[in-house]
Amino acid sequence: MARANGSTSKANSFALQDKIFGYSTQFFALLVLVTLVGIIASLFMGSWQTLSETGPKFFVTDTWDPVRKVFGGMAPLWGTIITATIALVIGVPVSFGIAIFLTEMCPPALKRPLGTAVELLAAIPSIIYGMWGLFVFAPLFAETLQPVMINTLGKIPVIGVVFQGTPNGFGVFTAGVILSVMVIPFIASVMRDVFDTTPPILKESAYGLGATTWEVVWNVVLPYTKAGVIGGIMLGLGRALGETMAVTFVIGNAYNISPKLFEPGNSIASSLANEFNEASDPAHLSALITLGLTLFVLSFCVLAASRWMLSTLTKREGKRT
Amino acid sequence: MRFSHKILGLAAAMAVSASASVAFAQTTITGAGATFPFPIYAKWADEYKKATGTAMNYQSIGSGGGIKQIQSKTVDFGATDMPLAAADLAKDGLVQFPAIIGGVVPVTNMDSVKPGEMKLTGPVLADIFLGKIKTWNDKAITDLNPGLKLEGPITVVRRSDGSGTTFVFVDYLSKVSPEWKSKIGVGTAVAWPEGVGGKGNEGVAQYVQRIKGSIGYVEYAYAKKNKLDHIALKNKDGQFVQPEEATFAAASAGADWKGTPGMGVILTDQVGAKSWPMTSASFILMQSKPAKPEASREVLKFFEWALKNGSKSAVELDYVPIPTATVSLIQAEWKKVTDASGKAVF
Repeated sequence: MARANGSTSKANSFALQDKIFGYSTQFFALLVLVTLVGIIASLFMGSWQTLSETGPKFFVTDTWDPVRKVFGGMAPLWGTIITATIALVIGVPVSFGIAIFLTEMCPPALKRPLGTAVELLAAIPSIIYGMWGLFVFAPLFAETLQPVMINTLGKIPVIGVVFQGTPNGFGVFTAGVILSVMVIPFIASVMRDVFDTTPPILKESAYGLGATTWEVVWNVVLPYTKAGVIGGIMLGLGRALGETMAVTFVIGNAYNISPKLFEPGNSIASSLANEFNEASDPAHLSALITLGLTLFVLSFCVLAASRWMLSTLTKREGKRT
Repeated sequence: MRFSHKILGLAAAMAVSASASVAFAQTTITGAGATFPFPIYAKWADEYKKATGTAMNYQSIGSGGGIKQIQSKTVDFGATDMPLAAADLAKDGLVQFPAIIGGVVPVTNMDSVKPGEMKLTGPVLADIFLGKIKTWNDKAITDLNPGLKLEGPITVVRRSDGSGTTFVFVDYLSKVSPEWKSKIGVGTAVAWPEGVGGKGNEGVAQYVQRIKGSIGYVEYAYAKKNKLDHIALKNKDGQFVQPEEATFAAASAGADWKGTPGMGVILTDQVGAKSWPMTSASFILMQSKPAKPEASREVLKFFEWALKNGSKSAVELDYVPIPTATVSLIQAEWKKVTDASGKAVF
């Protein structure tokens, strides 16, 4: 009887523990939701002045004049999208190459050191990338590659305008390049991990049928892992959109909308980093918070788009089989 | 005096449960604001702590931030490079006084030009920053510098963040260029028509050092520390002057501290044959009816000490101390800081 009692009380205490554990995990999960809602609400409240006074015109106005209190978010929005695009255009193919090499072709002895090196790149704080861009990359770029690009690519009709500007090493293009270096480790390590999940039997069957490495990667590995690959790219895009310090160092910080990638520009994150401290005027502050809200919505759209892409991909898959 | 403070602190510590913060508030004063005077305030704080045991914690978050913080009463004093107008001071119940003087210096990066060799006038400088003068061999520049070999495009470098340094610079430009005044105006951040933006004095210094043919503006101390090539400017009396302590002091000597409410004198474009046209004072803001009068008393004690004993460090760090004649005016201003009963705290 005594033993039975003991085990019941033990069971009771376990049940209590379980309950506490359950509630606390629930609490932590809810905390995320509450924080998110809180952030959205405070962004909305902060940006209300701009949203109600300027309205949608905010996004198509390219003037940013703190003296006259005319604020338009088009230039930083443009810069954010362009730099993130450059980062992905450079970063995705390179990451893809790294991941294929590491999973399919790398000698086993090199696999670990190379993989660790890629992961270490991801661990470098962004301000280091910014300083590297400012002190090393931009001056080097200005002296070597940039004049060559202006004189060759810049001469091409129509699209040549993209590669024009003053060759001083700073600008939207440099920011995009720095960002690509920053997103490569993220995308590459995700790609490598998901490529590794492809069942060897699938790959071996393909090789057995006489497929080349490229054919195996393109027709077997990639279709099998596309969800993860897209996830990795979106992770990289998310970082590129929101990166602040590294971009602020090299982008040139001018409210400027130009197709010329070698001209200084601005991104949402760098505007915020530059001006938030000193924005004592309510209209200025509200415009900056509106930019923050815009970035939030932009990141949300990226996430939503990737979800949607994934779901349509899986649906199509179902139809094909 | 200090002993009684300690006893007071001890008593408070025993009486109130939040003992640590109360006892702490007795010996640490907090300030926040302008970045330009940060090196000297930090140095003073260090020396003051050694001399008296009272610590001063200053956060250089920028002039705008300093104004915001003192308005919301989260710090014992705020600091700003842009003086507040008398109306703003009255509205927020603030007292303002200058604490240190310095200068803003245009700097260039040209291989063929030695520091101080290039001469510019205010209107030409304004035209460069307006983007109207785009090359170094523009007639407006070569006419002023007949002996110099000047060529190549000009890259304008300016601040990307809001800044008191920018305020001083554009305030001067709008005093000498009507076009600047009407098109761009004055503020800690403006809509720059031209150039690349660096974050902070150090950001501008970096850009200027790295871009050939660039022109930017930084605080004097940064120009000196980074060995940037400064230029000579024509002042209001028509003399070309070099940026140095003597010309900053000359600009502040003629200032009308007494007649300007809140002592908010903007020292740009001052008269005087030796006046550097982009001189500026940095200001301290305090609540006129502070919630913690004892903390405000400590702040005033700190600045009394600094104005009396801090000149040597100021000069070492390339600042100009407040002229002795002005100190008594500042002390009169301090009487406006009162406790709840209206009695001056200091």
